Amino acid sequence: MIGAFRVLSRHWQVFARTWLHNLMFNVAEPLLYLSALGFGLGMLIGDIEGVSYLQFIAPGMVALSAMYSATFECTYGTFLRLHYQKTLQAILVGPVTVGEVIAGELLYGMFKSVLFGVVILIVVSILGLVPAVTAVFIPLFLVLPGAVFSILAVCYTAMIKNIDQLNYYITLAIMPFFLFGGLYFPVGNLPDWVQQLNWLNPLYHSIEVCRALALGQISDRLWVHVAVLSAMIIVLARLPLRLMKNRLLV
Amino acid sequence: MKQIVVAESLTKHYGDFPALKGVSFNISEGECFGLLGHNGAGKSTTLKMLYGLARVESGQLRLFDHPISLTPPAIKQILGVVPQEDNLDPDLPVLENLITYARLFGIGRAQAREKSLAMLRFMGLDAKEESLIDALSGGQKRRLVIARALLNSPRLLILDEPTTGLDPQGRHLVWQKLRGLKSEGVTMVLTTHYMEEAAQLCDRLVIMHEGLVLTEGTPSELVASHVLPFVIEIRLPLDAIPDDIGDRVNAFGGEALPVMEGLFLYTREGNRLWQQIGDWGLPQHSCFLRPASLEDVFLRLTGRGTEP
Ligand SMILES: Nc1ncnc2c1ncn2[C@@H]1O[C@H](COP(=O)(O)OP(=O)(O)O)[C@@H](O)[C@H]1O
Ligand SMILES: [Mg+2]
Repeated sequence: MIGAFRVLSRHWQVFARTWLHNLMFNVAEPLLYLSALGFGLGMLIGDIEGVSYLQFIAPGMVALSAMYSATFECTYGTFLRLHYQKTLQAILVGPVTVGEVIAGELLYGMFKSVLFGVVILIVVSILGLVPAVTAVFIPLFLVLPGAVFSILAVCYTAMIKNIDQLNYYITLAIMPFFLFGGLYFPVGNLPDWVQQLNWLNPLYHSIEVCRALALGQISDRLWVHVAVLSAMIIVLARLPLRLMKNRLLV
Repeated sequence: MKQIVVAESLTKHYGDFPALKGVSFNISEGECFGLLGHNGAGKSTTLKMLYGLARVESGQLRLFDHPISLTPPAIKQILGVVPQEDNLDPDLPVLENLITYARLFGIGRAQAREKSLAMLRFMGLDAKEESLIDALSGGQKRRLVIARALLNSPRLLILDEPTTGLDPQGRHLVWQKLRGLKSEGVTMVLTTHYMEEAAQLCDRLVIMHEGLVLTEGTPSELVASHVLPFVIEIRLPLDAIPDDIGDRVNAFGGEALPVMEGLFLYTREGNRLWQQIGDWGLPQHSCFLRPASLEDVFLRLTGRGTEP
Protein backbone atom coordinates (compact mmCIF):
# COMPACT_ATOMS: atom_id res chain seq x y z
CA MET A 1 0.00 0.00 0.00
CA ILE A 2 3.06 2.27 0.19
CA GLY A 3 2.49 2.80 -3.54
CA ALA A 4 -0.84 4.51 -2.84
CA PHE A 5 0.90 7.09 -0.70
CA ARG A 6 3.54 7.65 -3.34
CA VAL A 7 0.74 8.31 -5.83
CA LEU A 8 -0.86 10.62 -3.30
CA SER A 9 2.41 12.48 -2.94
CA ARG A 10 2.27 13.31 -6.66
CA HIS A 11 -1.21 14.78 -6.11
CA TRP A 12 0.13 16.62 -3.09
CA GLN A 13 2.81 18.27 -5.25
CA VAL A 14 0.11 19.54 -7.58
CA PHE A 15 -2.06 20.64 -4.69
CA ALA A 16 0.82 22.59 -3.15
CA ARG A 17 0.89 24.64 -6.35
CA THR A 18 -2.81 25.15 -6.83
CA TRP A 19 -4.34 25.30 -3.36
CA LEU A 20 -5.28 28.96 -3.51
CA HIS A 21 -7.14 28.59 -6.75
CA ASN A 22 -8.71 25.42 -5.33
CA LEU A 23 -9.76 27.19 -2.19
CA MET A 24 -11.60 29.87 -4.13
CA PHE A 25 -13.39 27.32 -6.24
CA ASN A 26 -14.39 25.00 -3.43
CA VAL A 27 -15.30 27.54 -0.82
CA ALA A 28 -17.05 30.20 -2.85
CA GLU A 29 -20.06 28.11 -3.75
CA PRO A 30 -21.18 27.02 -0.26
CA LEU A 31 -20.63 30.54 1.05
CA LEU A 32 -22.73 31.99 -1.75
CA TYR A 33 -25.54 29.58 -0.91
CA LEU A 34 -25.17 30.35 2.74
CA SER A 35 -25.41 34.07 2.32
CA ALA A 36 -28.15 34.12 -0.33
CA LEU A 37 -30.41 31.57 1.34
CA GLY A 38 -29.43 32.24 4.88
CA PHE A 39 -29.93 35.96 4.78
CA GLY A 40 -32.70 35.91 2.18
CA LEU A 41 -34.84 33.01 3.34
CA GLY A 42 -33.74 33.39 6.93
CA MET A 43 -35.65 36.65 7.17
CA LEU A 44 -38.86 34.87 6.25
CA ILE A 45 -38.34 31.68 8.16
CA GLY A 46 -37.10 32.62 11.59
CA ASP A 47 -36.18 29.69 13.84
CA ILE A 48 -36.18 26.03 12.85
CA GLU A 49 -36.11 23.27 15.47
CA GLY A 50 -35.09 25.78 18.07
CA VAL A 51 -32.13 27.37 16.26
CA SER A 52 -31.82 30.31 13.87
CA TYR A 53 -32.15 29.48 10.18
CA LEU A 54 -28.49 30.38 9.57
CA GLN A 55 -27.40 28.04 12.35
CA PHE A 56 -29.61 25.36 10.86
CA ILE A 57 -28.08 25.49 7.40
CA ALA A 58 -24.45 26.30 8.30
CA PRO A 59 -23.44 22.69 9.17
CA GLY A 60 -25.05 21.59 5.91
CA MET A 61 -22.68 23.92 4.08
CA VAL A 62 -19.79 22.05 5.64
CA ALA A 63 -21.22 18.75 4.39
CA LEU A 64 -21.95 20.30 1.00
CA SER A 65 -18.44 21.64 0.57
CA ALA A 66 -17.02 18.25 1.52
CA MET A 67 -19.27 16.53 -1.03
CA TYR A 68 -18.39 18.93 -3.83
CA SER A 69 -14.66 18.71 -3.21
CA ALA A 70 -14.54 14.93 -3.35
CA THR A 71 -16.93 14.85 -6.27
CA PHE A 72 -15.11 17.33 -8.47
CA GLU A 73 -11.70 15.86 -7.76
CA CYS A 74 -12.79 12.31 -8.54
CA THR A 75 -14.94 13.17 -11.57
CA TYR A 76 -13.37 15.99 -13.55
CA GLY A 77 -9.94 15.63 -11.94
CA THR A 78 -9.76 11.88 -12.40
CA PHE A 79 -11.25 12.05 -15.89
CA LEU A 80 -8.60 14.55 -17.01
CA ARG A 81 -5.79 12.49 -15.50
CA LEU A 82 -7.15 9.35 -17.14
CA HIS A 83 -8.14 10.50 -20.61
CA TYR A 84 -6.47 13.83 -21.39
CA GLN A 85 -3.25 14.05 -19.42
CA LYS A 86 -2.68 10.28 -19.22
CA THR A 87 -1.13 10.95 -15.82
CA LEU A 88 -2.61 7.79 -14.37
CA GLN A 89 -1.05 5.69 -17.12
CA ALA A 90 2.29 7.43 -16.57
CA ILE A 91 2.11 6.66 -12.85
CA LEU A 92 1.09 3.07 -13.52
CA VAL A 93 4.26 2.52 -15.53
CA GLY A 94 6.10 3.16 -12.26
CA PRO A 95 6.35 0.52 -9.53
CA VAL A 96 2.72 0.63 -8.41
CA THR A 97 -0.36 -1.52 -8.98
CA VAL A 98 -3.64 -0.37 -10.51
CA GLY A 99 -5.14 -0.68 -7.05
CA GLU A 100 -2.59 1.73 -5.65
CA VAL A 101 -3.22 4.24 -8.44
CA ILE A 102 -6.95 4.13 -7.71
CA ALA A 103 -6.36 4.27 -3.97
CA GLY A 104 -4.27 7.39 -4.59
CA GLU A 105 -7.20 8.99 -6.42
CA LEU A 106 -9.59 8.13 -3.58
CA LEU A 107 -7.21 9.36 -0.89
CA TYR A 108 -6.80 12.63 -2.75
CA GLY A 109 -10.58 13.01 -3.03
CA MET A 110 -10.94 12.31 0.68
CA PHE A 111 -8.17 14.69 1.58
CA LYS A 112 -9.75 17.53 -0.35
CA SER A 113 -13.16 16.67 0.98
CA VAL A 114 -12.09 16.88 4.61
CA LEU A 115 -9.93 19.92 4.00
CA PHE A 116 -12.57 22.03 2.30
CA GLY A 117 -15.24 20.85 4.71
CA VAL A 118 -13.02 22.09 7.52
CA VAL A 119 -12.41 25.40 5.77
CA ILE A 120 -16.16 26.05 5.68
CA LEU A 121 -16.44 24.86 9.26
CA ILE A 122 -13.88 27.46 10.28
CA VAL A 123 -15.68 30.18 8.34
CA VAL A 124 -19.09 29.44 9.82
CA SER A 125 -17.53 29.15 13.29
CA ILE A 126 -16.01 32.59 12.88
CA LEU A 127 -19.46 33.82 11.86
CA GLY A 128 -20.72 32.49 15.19
CA LEU A 129 -22.96 29.84 13.65
CA VAL A 130 -21.49 26.85 15.47
CA PRO A 131 -22.56 26.88 19.12
CA ALA A 132 -21.38 23.46 20.32
CA VAL A 133 -17.84 22.25 21.04
CA THR A 134 -18.74 18.80 19.76
CA ALA A 135 -18.12 20.39 16.34
CA VAL A 136 -14.46 19.46 16.81
CA PHE A 137 -15.42 15.91 15.81
CA ILE A 138 -16.70 17.05 12.42
CA PRO A 139 -13.30 16.87 10.64
CA LEU A 140 -12.86 13.28 11.78
CA PHE A 141 -16.38 12.38 10.74
CA LEU A 142 -15.92 13.94 7.27
CA VAL A 143 -13.56 11.12 6.33
CA LEU A 144 -16.60 8.85 5.94
CA PRO A 145 -18.69 10.89 3.48
CA GLY A 146 -15.40 11.90 1.79
CA ALA A 147 -14.72 8.24 1.08
CA VAL A 148 -18.28 7.57 -0.11
CA PHE A 149 -18.34 10.52 -2.53
CA SER A 150 -14.86 9.75 -3.83
CA ILE A 151 -15.75 6.11 -4.46
CA LEU A 152 -19.01 6.98 -6.21
CA ALA A 153 -17.29 9.58 -8.37
CA VAL A 154 -14.42 7.30 -9.42
CA CYS A 155 -16.91 4.54 -10.26
CA TYR A 156 -18.98 6.81 -12.45
CA THR A 157 -15.88 8.30 -14.09
CA ALA A 158 -14.65 4.81 -14.89
CA MET A 159 -17.89 4.03 -16.71
CA ILE A 160 -17.97 6.97 -19.10
CA LYS A 161 -15.99 7.77 -22.22
CA ASN A 162 -16.92 11.40 -22.79
CA ILE A 163 -16.40 14.24 -20.36
CA ASP A 164 -19.87 15.66 -21.10
CA GLN A 165 -21.36 12.56 -19.51
CA LEU A 166 -20.16 13.87 -16.16
CA ASN A 167 -23.06 16.31 -16.32
CA TYR A 168 -25.49 13.43 -15.84
CA TYR A 169 -23.80 12.48 -12.62
CA ILE A 170 -23.88 16.02 -11.31
CA THR A 171 -27.49 16.60 -12.35
CA LEU A 172 -28.98 13.20 -11.58
CA ALA A 173 -27.02 12.21 -8.47
CA ILE A 174 -25.34 15.16 -6.82
CA MET A 175 -28.21 17.63 -7.29
CA PRO A 176 -30.89 15.34 -5.78
CA PHE A 177 -28.55 14.49 -2.90
CA PHE A 178 -28.28 18.17 -2.31
CA LEU A 179 -31.92 19.16 -2.86
CA PHE A 180 -33.48 16.39 -0.80
CA GLY A 181 -30.74 15.89 1.76
CA GLY A 182 -32.21 18.20 4.36
CA LEU A 183 -29.91 21.11 3.78
CA TYR A 184 -32.50 23.90 3.68
CA PHE A 185 -35.38 22.36 5.55
CA PRO A 186 -35.86 19.46 7.93
CA VAL A 187 -36.37 16.24 6.00
CA GLY A 188 -39.44 15.56 8.13
CA ASN A 189 -41.31 17.93 5.81
CA LEU A 190 -40.71 15.68 2.81
CA PRO A 191 -43.13 12.99 1.59
CA ASP A 192 -42.60 9.62 3.22
CA TRP A 193 -41.14 7.90 0.17
CA VAL A 194 -38.53 10.63 -0.23
CA GLN A 195 -37.59 10.15 3.40
CA GLN A 196 -37.16 6.43 2.75
CA LEU A 197 -35.00 7.13 -0.31
CA ASN A 198 -32.86 9.45 1.75
CA TRP A 199 -31.39 6.41 3.50
CA LEU A 200 -29.45 5.94 0.27
CA ASN A 201 -28.44 9.58 0.16
CA PRO A 202 -24.94 9.93 1.64
CA LEU A 203 -25.29 13.69 1.89
CA TYR A 204 -28.39 13.29 4.07
CA HIS A 205 -26.40 11.23 6.57
CA SER A 206 -23.51 13.64 6.39
CA ILE A 207 -25.71 16.67 7.03
CA GLU A 208 -27.50 15.00 9.93
CA VAL A 209 -24.23 14.21 11.70
CA CYS A 210 -22.58 17.55 10.96
CA ARG A 211 -25.64 19.42 12.19
CA ALA A 212 -25.95 17.39 15.36
CA LEU A 213 -22.25 17.86 16.15
CA ALA A 214 -22.36 21.58 15.36
CA LEU A 215 -25.47 22.17 17.45
CA GLY A 216 -24.55 19.80 20.24
CA GLN A 217 -27.60 17.58 19.69
CA ILE A 218 -25.83 14.34 20.42
CA SER A 219 -27.89 11.15 20.38
CA ASP A 220 -27.43 7.46 19.64
CA ARG A 221 -29.13 8.03 16.33
CA LEU A 222 -25.87 9.51 15.01
CA TRP A 223 -24.32 6.06 15.10
CA VAL A 224 -26.98 4.89 12.67
CA HIS A 225 -25.82 7.48 10.13
CA VAL A 226 -22.20 6.58 10.75
CA ALA A 227 -23.10 2.91 10.30
CA VAL A 228 -24.92 3.54 7.02
CA LEU A 229 -22.01 5.54 5.60
CA SER A 230 -19.55 2.86 6.75
CA ALA A 231 -21.70 0.19 5.16
CA MET A 232 -21.71 2.12 1.88
CA ILE A 233 -17.92 2.24 1.96
CA ILE A 234 -17.63 -1.47 2.66
CA VAL A 235 -20.09 -2.43 -0.05
CA LEU A 236 -18.63 -0.12 -2.70
CA ALA A 237 -14.95 -0.29 -1.78
CA ARG A 238 -13.88 -2.82 -4.41
CA LEU A 239 -15.92 -1.35 -7.24
CA PRO A 240 -13.61 1.51 -8.32
CA LEU A 241 -10.75 -0.92 -8.92
CA ARG A 242 -12.95 -3.37 -10.84
CA LEU A 243 -14.27 -0.62 -13.10
CA MET A 244 -11.00 1.27 -13.54
CA LYS A 245 -8.87 -1.78 -14.26
CA ASN A 246 -10.24 -2.05 -17.76
CA ARG A 247 -9.70 1.64 -18.36
CA LEU A 248 -6.04 1.55 -17.39
CA LEU A 249 -5.03 -1.86 -18.68
CA VAL A 250 -5.58 -3.55 -22.01
CA MET B 1 24.20 -14.81 -22.17
CA LYS B 2 21.44 -14.14 -19.67
CA GLN B 3 17.99 -13.68 -21.18
CA ILE B 4 16.23 -10.56 -19.90
CA VAL B 5 13.09 -11.00 -21.99
CA VAL B 6 11.71 -14.28 -23.27
CA ALA B 7 8.48 -13.94 -25.22
CA GLU B 8 6.78 -16.99 -26.66
CA SER B 9 3.69 -16.94 -28.88
CA LEU B 10 2.22 -13.83 -27.29
CA THR B 11 -1.28 -12.99 -28.43
CA LYS B 12 -3.57 -10.05 -27.79
CA HIS B 13 -7.04 -9.19 -29.00
CA TYR B 14 -8.78 -5.83 -28.85
CA GLY B 15 -12.37 -7.03 -28.92
CA ASP B 16 -12.36 -9.41 -31.86
CA PHE B 17 -9.40 -7.78 -33.52
CA PRO B 18 -6.17 -9.79 -33.20
CA ALA B 19 -3.41 -7.25 -32.58
CA LEU B 20 -0.80 -9.92 -31.77
CA LYS B 21 -1.08 -13.34 -33.33
CA GLY B 22 1.79 -15.21 -31.70
CA VAL B 23 4.85 -13.06 -31.21
CA SER B 24 8.10 -14.66 -30.05
CA PHE B 25 11.52 -13.16 -29.40
CA ASN B 26 14.30 -13.11 -26.83
CA ILE B 27 16.40 -10.24 -25.57
CA SER B 28 19.78 -10.92 -23.96
CA GLU B 29 21.42 -8.81 -21.31
CA GLY B 30 23.24 -5.76 -22.66
CA GLU B 31 21.65 -6.04 -26.06
CA CYS B 32 19.78 -3.38 -28.02
CA PHE B 33 16.81 -5.07 -29.61
CA GLY B 34 14.56 -3.49 -32.23
CA LEU B 35 10.94 -3.99 -33.26
CA LEU B 36 10.31 -2.69 -36.76
CA GLY B 37 6.98 -2.49 -38.45
CA HIS B 38 4.33 -0.29 -40.01
CA ASN B 39 1.73 1.47 -37.92
CA GLY B 40 -0.60 -1.16 -36.56
CA ALA B 41 1.96 -3.98 -36.70
CA GLY B 42 1.58 -4.55 -32.95
CA LYS B 43 4.82 -3.00 -31.70
CA SER B 44 3.29 -0.82 -28.99
CA THR B 45 1.04 -3.61 -27.81
CA THR B 46 4.08 -5.86 -27.42
CA LEU B 47 5.95 -3.23 -25.44
CA LYS B 48 2.92 -2.49 -23.23
CA MET B 49 2.93 -6.15 -22.32
CA LEU B 50 6.53 -5.79 -21.18
CA TYR B 51 6.00 -2.63 -19.15
CA GLY B 52 2.77 -3.60 -17.50
CA LEU B 53 -0.03 -1.70 -19.22
CA ALA B 54 -1.23 -4.78 -21.09
CA ARG B 55 -1.97 -8.21 -19.69
CA VAL B 56 -0.55 -11.30 -21.33
CA GLU B 57 -3.52 -12.95 -22.99
CA SER B 58 -1.95 -16.20 -24.13
CA GLY B 59 1.58 -17.36 -24.73
CA GLN B 60 4.41 -16.94 -22.28
CA LEU B 61 6.39 -13.96 -21.15
CA ARG B 62 9.37 -14.03 -18.82
CA LEU B 63 11.11 -10.87 -17.61
CA PHE B 64 14.30 -11.18 -15.61
CA ASP B 65 13.45 -14.85 -15.24
CA HIS B 66 10.01 -14.27 -13.72
CA PRO B 67 6.86 -15.53 -15.43
CA ILE B 68 4.60 -12.57 -16.18
CA SER B 69 0.87 -12.24 -16.63
CA LEU B 70 0.86 -8.56 -15.66
CA THR B 71 4.22 -6.99 -14.89
CA PRO B 72 4.37 -6.45 -11.09
CA PRO B 73 5.78 -3.40 -9.27
CA ALA B 74 8.97 -5.21 -8.29
CA ILE B 75 9.88 -5.58 -11.97
CA LYS B 76 8.54 -2.17 -12.99
CA GLN B 77 10.98 -0.81 -10.42
CA ILE B 78 13.89 -1.74 -12.71
CA LEU B 79 12.33 -0.75 -16.05
CA GLY B 80 12.70 2.59 -17.79
CA VAL B 81 9.83 3.34 -20.14
CA VAL B 82 9.40 5.84 -22.96
CA PRO B 83 5.81 5.39 -24.14
CA GLN B 84 4.79 6.28 -27.67
CA GLU B 85 2.66 9.17 -26.45
CA ASP B 86 4.32 11.81 -24.30
CA ASN B 87 2.48 11.63 -21.00
CA LEU B 88 4.34 14.22 -18.98
CA ASP B 89 2.49 15.73 -16.07
CA PRO B 90 1.11 19.07 -17.33
CA ASP B 91 0.24 20.07 -13.75
CA LEU B 92 3.93 20.27 -12.79
CA PRO B 93 6.90 22.18 -14.24
CA VAL B 94 9.84 20.36 -15.84
CA LEU B 95 12.09 19.72 -12.85
CA GLU B 96 9.17 18.85 -10.57
CA ASN B 97 7.93 16.38 -13.19
CA LEU B 98 11.15 14.45 -12.81
CA ILE B 99 11.43 14.75 -9.04
CA THR B 100 7.85 13.59 -8.54
CA TYR B 101 8.39 10.67 -10.87
CA ALA B 102 11.60 9.67 -9.14
CA ARG B 103 9.77 9.76 -5.79
CA LEU B 104 7.34 7.20 -7.19
CA PHE B 105 10.29 4.80 -7.29
CA GLY B 106 10.99 5.38 -3.61
CA ILE B 107 13.94 7.70 -4.18
CA GLY B 108 14.30 10.24 -1.35
CA ARG B 109 13.54 13.88 -2.10
CA ALA B 110 17.11 15.20 -1.97
CA GLN B 111 18.45 12.39 -4.11
CA ALA B 112 15.49 12.66 -6.47
CA ARG B 113 16.30 16.32 -7.02
CA GLU B 114 19.96 15.60 -7.63
CA LYS B 115 19.19 12.81 -10.12
CA SER B 116 16.59 14.93 -11.88
CA LEU B 117 18.99 17.81 -12.35
CA ALA B 118 21.61 15.38 -13.64
CA MET B 119 19.15 13.90 -16.14
CA LEU B 120 18.08 17.35 -17.35
CA ARG B 121 21.73 18.14 -18.02
CA PHE B 122 22.25 14.76 -19.67
CA MET B 123 19.37 15.45 -22.07
CA GLY B 124 20.34 19.08 -22.67
CA LEU B 125 17.32 20.51 -20.90
CA ASP B 126 18.98 22.25 -17.96
CA ALA B 127 17.76 25.67 -19.05
CA LYS B 128 14.16 24.47 -18.80
CA GLU B 129 13.90 23.52 -15.13
CA GLU B 130 11.03 25.83 -14.34
CA SER B 131 9.25 25.72 -17.70
CA LEU B 132 5.74 24.42 -17.95
CA ILE B 133 5.30 21.28 -20.01
CA ASP B 134 3.00 23.05 -22.45
CA ALA B 135 5.75 25.55 -23.18
CA LEU B 136 8.17 22.86 -24.43
CA SER B 137 8.63 22.00 -28.09
CA GLY B 138 7.77 18.50 -29.26
CA GLY B 139 11.43 17.55 -29.32
CA GLN B 140 12.04 18.88 -25.80
CA LYS B 141 9.07 16.91 -24.48
CA ARG B 142 10.40 13.76 -26.06
CA ARG B 143 13.83 14.29 -24.51
CA LEU B 144 12.20 14.96 -21.14
CA VAL B 145 10.29 11.68 -21.37
CA ILE B 146 13.58 9.91 -22.05
CA ALA B 147 15.19 11.71 -19.09
CA ARG B 148 12.27 10.58 -16.93
CA ALA B 149 12.78 6.96 -18.02
CA LEU B 150 16.38 7.04 -16.78
CA LEU B 151 15.75 8.37 -13.27
CA ASN B 152 15.63 4.96 -11.62
CA SER B 153 18.79 3.71 -13.40
CA PRO B 154 16.79 1.01 -15.20
CA ARG B 155 18.22 -2.35 -16.14
CA LEU B 156 15.88 -2.61 -19.13
CA LEU B 157 15.02 0.46 -21.14
CA ILE B 158 11.85 0.21 -23.23
CA LEU B 159 11.55 2.88 -25.92
CA ASP B 160 8.43 3.15 -28.09
CA GLU B 161 9.37 5.33 -31.06
CA PRO B 162 11.85 7.39 -29.03
CA THR B 163 12.74 9.76 -31.85
CA THR B 164 9.44 10.20 -33.68
CA GLY B 165 8.77 13.90 -33.92
CA LEU B 166 12.38 14.93 -33.35
CA ASP B 167 14.32 16.98 -35.87
CA PRO B 168 17.47 15.34 -37.30
CA GLN B 169 19.67 17.09 -34.76
CA GLY B 170 17.52 15.94 -31.84
CA ARG B 171 17.47 12.46 -33.27
CA HIS B 172 21.26 12.30 -33.42
CA LEU B 173 21.49 13.59 -29.86
CA VAL B 174 19.17 10.83 -28.66
CA TRP B 175 21.06 8.17 -30.64
CA GLN B 176 24.28 9.32 -29.06
CA LYS B 177 22.80 9.15 -25.56
CA LEU B 178 21.34 5.71 -26.19
CA ARG B 179 24.67 4.42 -27.49
CA GLY B 180 26.25 5.78 -24.31
CA LEU B 181 23.74 3.89 -22.16
CA LYS B 182 24.28 0.76 -24.18
CA SER B 183 28.01 0.93 -23.59
CA GLU B 184 27.22 1.08 -19.86
CA GLY B 185 25.47 -2.25 -20.25
CA VAL B 186 21.82 -1.13 -20.19
CA THR B 187 19.61 -3.57 -22.07
CA MET B 188 17.28 -1.83 -24.52
CA VAL B 189 14.29 -2.60 -26.65
CA LEU B 190 12.99 0.00 -29.06
CA THR B 191 10.46 0.38 -31.82
CA THR B 192 11.05 2.63 -34.75
CA HIS B 193 9.95 3.61 -38.23
CA TYR B 194 13.41 4.75 -39.14
CA MET B 195 15.56 2.09 -40.74
CA GLU B 196 18.62 4.19 -40.15
CA GLU B 197 17.84 4.27 -36.45
CA ALA B 198 17.47 0.51 -36.35
CA ALA B 199 20.68 0.01 -38.30
CA GLN B 200 22.59 2.44 -36.09
CA LEU B 201 21.40 1.22 -32.71
CA CYS B 202 20.08 -2.31 -32.83
CA ASP B 203 22.22 -5.39 -32.37
CA ARG B 204 19.29 -7.55 -33.36
CA LEU B 205 15.80 -6.86 -34.53
CA VAL B 206 12.54 -8.34 -35.63
CA ILE B 207 10.31 -7.10 -38.41
CA MET B 208 6.66 -7.25 -37.36
CA HIS B 209 3.67 -7.15 -39.64
CA GLU B 210 0.00 -7.46 -38.73
CA GLY B 211 0.67 -9.03 -35.35
CA LEU B 212 3.33 -11.48 -36.49
CA VAL B 213 7.11 -11.57 -36.46
CA LEU B 214 8.22 -11.97 -40.06
CA THR B 215 11.94 -12.33 -39.47
CA GLU B 216 14.66 -11.88 -36.90
CA GLY B 217 18.40 -11.26 -37.02
CA THR B 218 21.17 -8.68 -36.95
CA PRO B 219 20.74 -5.87 -39.47
CA SER B 220 23.46 -7.28 -41.72
CA GLU B 221 22.12 -10.83 -41.46
CA LEU B 222 18.70 -9.64 -42.48
CA VAL B 223 20.04 -7.76 -45.47
CA ALA B 224 22.20 -10.73 -46.50
CA SER B 225 19.42 -13.28 -46.18
CA HIS B 226 16.48 -11.41 -47.67
CA VAL B 227 17.79 -9.24 -50.51
CA LEU B 228 20.63 -9.16 -53.03
CA PRO B 229 23.44 -6.81 -52.03
CA PHE B 230 22.95 -4.01 -54.60
CA VAL B 231 19.94 -2.03 -55.67
CA ILE B 232 19.27 0.19 -58.63
CA GLU B 233 16.34 2.45 -57.96
CA ILE B 234 14.56 3.45 -61.15
CA ARG B 235 12.92 6.75 -60.45
CA LEU B 236 10.45 6.81 -63.29
CA PRO B 237 6.69 6.33 -63.32
CA LEU B 238 5.90 2.65 -63.91
CA ASP B 239 4.38 3.38 -67.36
CA ALA B 240 7.61 5.05 -68.48
CA ILE B 241 9.61 1.90 -67.73
CA PRO B 242 9.89 -0.64 -70.58
CA ASP B 243 7.71 -3.73 -69.92
CA ASP B 244 10.46 -6.25 -70.48
CA ILE B 245 12.78 -4.94 -67.75
CA GLY B 246 11.57 -7.56 -65.27
CA ASP B 247 12.43 -10.42 -67.61
CA ARG B 248 15.79 -8.94 -68.54
CA VAL B 249 16.78 -8.49 -64.89
CA ASN B 250 15.73 -12.04 -64.10
CA ALA B 251 17.80 -13.33 -67.01
CA PHE B 252 20.69 -11.27 -65.65
CA GLY B 253 20.38 -13.07 -62.33
CA GLY B 254 18.72 -10.23 -60.46
CA GLU B 255 15.25 -9.39 -59.33
CA ALA B 256 12.82 -6.50 -59.93
CA LEU B 257 10.48 -5.25 -57.23
CA PRO B 258 7.81 -2.65 -57.97
CA VAL B 259 7.51 0.05 -55.34
CA MET B 260 5.23 3.03 -55.11
CA GLU B 261 7.68 5.47 -56.68
CA GLY B 262 8.98 3.17 -59.44
CA LEU B 263 10.93 -0.06 -59.71
CA PHE B 264 13.86 -1.42 -57.70
CA LEU B 265 16.32 -3.82 -59.33
CA TYR B 266 18.26 -6.10 -56.98
CA THR B 267 21.49 -7.74 -58.05
CA ARG B 268 24.72 -9.30 -56.89
CA GLU B 269 26.67 -7.34 -59.51
CA GLY B 270 25.75 -3.72 -59.10
CA ASN B 271 28.31 -2.21 -61.45
CA ARG B 272 27.70 -4.67 -64.25
CA LEU B 273 23.94 -4.12 -64.12
CA TRP B 274 24.51 -0.37 -63.99
CA GLN B 275 26.40 -0.61 -67.29
CA GLN B 276 23.55 -2.65 -68.78
CA ILE B 277 20.50 -0.59 -68.06
CA GLY B 278 21.30 2.12 -70.59
CA ASP B 279 20.99 -0.49 -73.35
CA TRP B 280 17.62 -1.56 -71.88
CA GLY B 281 16.18 1.91 -72.35
CA LEU B 282 16.73 3.26 -68.86
CA PRO B 283 18.59 6.59 -68.74
CA GLN B 284 21.19 6.52 -65.94
CA HIS B 285 20.23 10.01 -64.75
CA SER B 286 16.88 8.75 -63.52
CA CYS B 287 18.45 5.73 -61.82
CA PHE B 288 20.43 5.38 -58.64
CA LEU B 289 22.80 2.60 -57.58
CA ARG B 290 23.30 1.87 -53.87
CA PRO B 291 24.01 -1.03 -51.50
CA ALA B 292 20.92 -2.83 -50.20
CA SER B 293 19.77 -1.87 -46.70
CA LEU B 294 17.22 -2.77 -44.06
CA GLU B 295 14.74 -0.62 -45.91
CA ASP B 296 14.88 -3.13 -48.76
CA VAL B 297 14.32 -6.05 -46.41
CA PHE B 298 11.35 -4.24 -45.01
CA LEU B 299 9.98 -3.47 -48.45
CA ARG B 300 10.44 -7.01 -49.58
CA LEU B 301 8.78 -8.61 -46.54
CA THR B 302 5.91 -6.24 -45.92
CA GLY B 303 5.20 -5.21 -49.49
CA ARG B 304 5.70 -1.53 -48.85
CA GLY B 305 8.33 0.87 -47.65
CA THR B 306 8.46 2.71 -44.36
CA GLU B 307 6.58 5.93 -43.88
CA PRO B 308 8.78 8.97 -44.48
N1 LIG C 1 -6.69 0.20 -27.13
C1 LIG C 1 -6.94 -0.31 -28.35
N2 LIG C 1 -8.21 -0.65 -28.70
C2 LIG C 1 -8.47 -1.19 -29.91
N3 LIG C 1 -7.55 -1.43 -30.84
C3 LIG C 1 -6.28 -1.12 -30.58
C4 LIG C 1 -5.91 -0.55 -29.32
N4 LIG C 1 -4.57 -0.34 -29.33
C5 LIG C 1 -4.13 -0.77 -30.52
N5 LIG C 1 -5.14 -1.23 -31.28
C6 LIG C 1 -5.02 -1.81 -32.63
O1 LIG C 1 -4.12 -2.89 -32.55
C7 LIG C 1 -3.25 -2.88 -33.66
C8 LIG C 1 -1.81 -2.82 -33.17
O2 LIG C 1 -1.60 -1.57 -32.56
P1 LIG C 1 -0.19 -1.13 -31.97
O3 LIG C 1 0.31 -2.20 -31.07
O4 LIG C 1 -0.38 0.22 -31.40
O5 LIG C 1 0.70 -1.09 -33.27
P2 LIG C 1 2.01 -0.27 -33.61
O6 LIG C 1 2.59 0.25 -32.34
O7 LIG C 1 2.90 -1.26 -34.30
O8 LIG C 1 1.62 0.84 -34.53
C9 LIG C 1 -3.64 -1.69 -34.52
O9 LIG C 1 -4.45 -2.16 -35.56
C10 LIG C 1 -4.41 -0.81 -33.59
O10 LIG C 1 -5.40 -0.11 -34.29
MG1 LIG D 1 2.96 2.14 -31.80
